[in-house]
Amino acid sequence: MLELYDGSLSVASILKDWYEEETSSNYGAFISFVGTVRSEDEIDGLSFDIYEPILNKWFDEWQARAKAKGAIIKMAHSRGDVLLHESSYIAAVFSPKRRVALEFIDEYVEDFKASAPIWKYDLRDNKRIYAKERSTAIKGSGLLSDKKNKEDER
Amino acid sequence: MVRVEFLGPIQRETMELNITNLNELATILKDDKEMQEWLENSAVAVNDTLVNNRNFTLVSGDKVSLLPPVCGG
Repeated sequence: MLELYDGSLSVASILKDWYEEETSSNYGAFISFVGTVRSEDEIDGLSFDIYEPILNKWFDEWQARAKAKGAIIKMAHSRGDVLLHESSYIAAVFSPKRRVALEFIDEYVEDFKASAPIWKYDLRDNKRIYAKERSTAIKGSGLLSDKKNKEDER
Repeated sequence: MVRVEFLGPIQRETMELNITNLNELATILKDDKEMQEWLENSAVAVNDTLVNNRNFTLVSGDKVSLLPPVCGG
């Protein structure tokens, strides 16, 4: 299940819903990761753009991997502005036994950071500034760059 | 016509082009100075699937998307 919200996430309510949805599913483990906006570098908050068609495909692929291990994943993410100390991201894994969920949450959150089509901006003085230095080029980037293609041929 | 979309922080209007593969798109964009850095760090999707081959054939109605570096969470 992938849920997108405008603005910050109601963490307690989302986690409660997810917990209650799976109470009779016979999962022995439920591990969640909550991402919260920290006060640093004098930002007022963060803002997000999401490209949903590719995010949905990315999520479906991870759901299939989870299913192959008898597990399921859930995710919630914010669109638009999220202020300091509010949360923008929740990922969760439910699995029959703990090891699968503990290992899966790590792989799934790391690949989310490297691959999910979401763009982050710092909010500063009412401006939205792309967080370029903290962003990761998706695998295979540079396909349309002659410079990059020549480098790859070397 | 092939529709070319620039996602996230790439501030650029959608283009409608008569092109038959991604090499032709690279040729059209290579003289655009503002696009050079984005071309180096962006991934390319055709009809919402990432592609890794510049010879990828495009037909009228296809959608090409450029995805710059990401940072969710």
